Amino acid sequence: MSTINIFQIAGSALTAQSQRMNVTASNLANADSVTGPDGQPYRARQVVFQMAPVPGQAFSPAVGGVKVAAVVESAAPPRLQYDPKNPLANADGYVTMPNVDVVAETVNMISASRSYQANVEVINTAKSLMMRTLSIGQ
Amino acid sequence: MIDRIGDDLSFHQAALGLRQQRQEVLAANIANADTPNFKARDFDFTAALQEAMGERMRLPNIQLSLTAARHIPAKAHAPDPAELLFRQPLQPSMDGNTVDMDVERVQFADNTLRYQSDLTLISSRIKTMMAALQQ
Repeated sequence: MSTINIFQIAGSALTAQSQRMNVTASNLANADSVTGPDGQPYRARQVVFQMAPVPGQAFSPAVGGVKVAAVVESAAPPRLQYDPKNPLANADGYVTMPNVDVVAETVNMISASRSYQANVEVINTAKSLMMRTLSIGQ
Repeated sequence: MIDRIGDDLSFHQAALGLRQQRQEVLAANIANADTPNFKARDFDFTAALQEAMGERMRLPNIQLSLTAARHIPAKAHAPDPAELLFRQPLQPSMDGNTVDMDVERVQFADNTLRYQSDLTLISSRIKTMMAALQQ
């Protein structure tokens, strides 16, 4: 029954894209978090996607779903904001803000939701094809 | 008689199987639309179907039987019915991904339609046979 493979492939993409959206939500929510649990400003995080072969698929190593290989911290330099009255300001009066790029994160979120929608559509199509296949000859 | 009925449907069976495989390949392309360095795959459906239909005339996988230690092993390997190819990107992206979402979506819809028309053909074929059996 190999239609199940489509559900596995598209389902893995749904999981990966929703994880990407989670990370984006975290980045956007913490765009102004000057301190975290470790006393350091929040650092933006990004997911890294990787192809994940589905066992039992006809073209198994070449064709497969997707998985989140890692969540890496962004290497972008932190944003410095001049605010000498802030208790967290350094000697020059600058406060180290998180390195979250709000515009890029918004674009990321839209991209993730579009990809999610495309995969939901794939699953719906596969489902209706499977239902029609089950009713062959009726 | 029964084997002739089977022969009658074997073409549709092979076509449907390949459509299903292609659907999986396209689904994987759509799933990996954001994966860095992923290369979009597809196969030539016409060639794959011809290959699959010619399979009955082709020799199965065979190998030489070795009866002495100095015999050289050799194997004749029949290729898989569908040979996966790479899609030529029109607008390659910076991260090495060659999935063009528009192309994949169009191909997916096209493949879906053809799968459904195959199903309709099979259904009508079976109905014709049932009608003949019930005369």
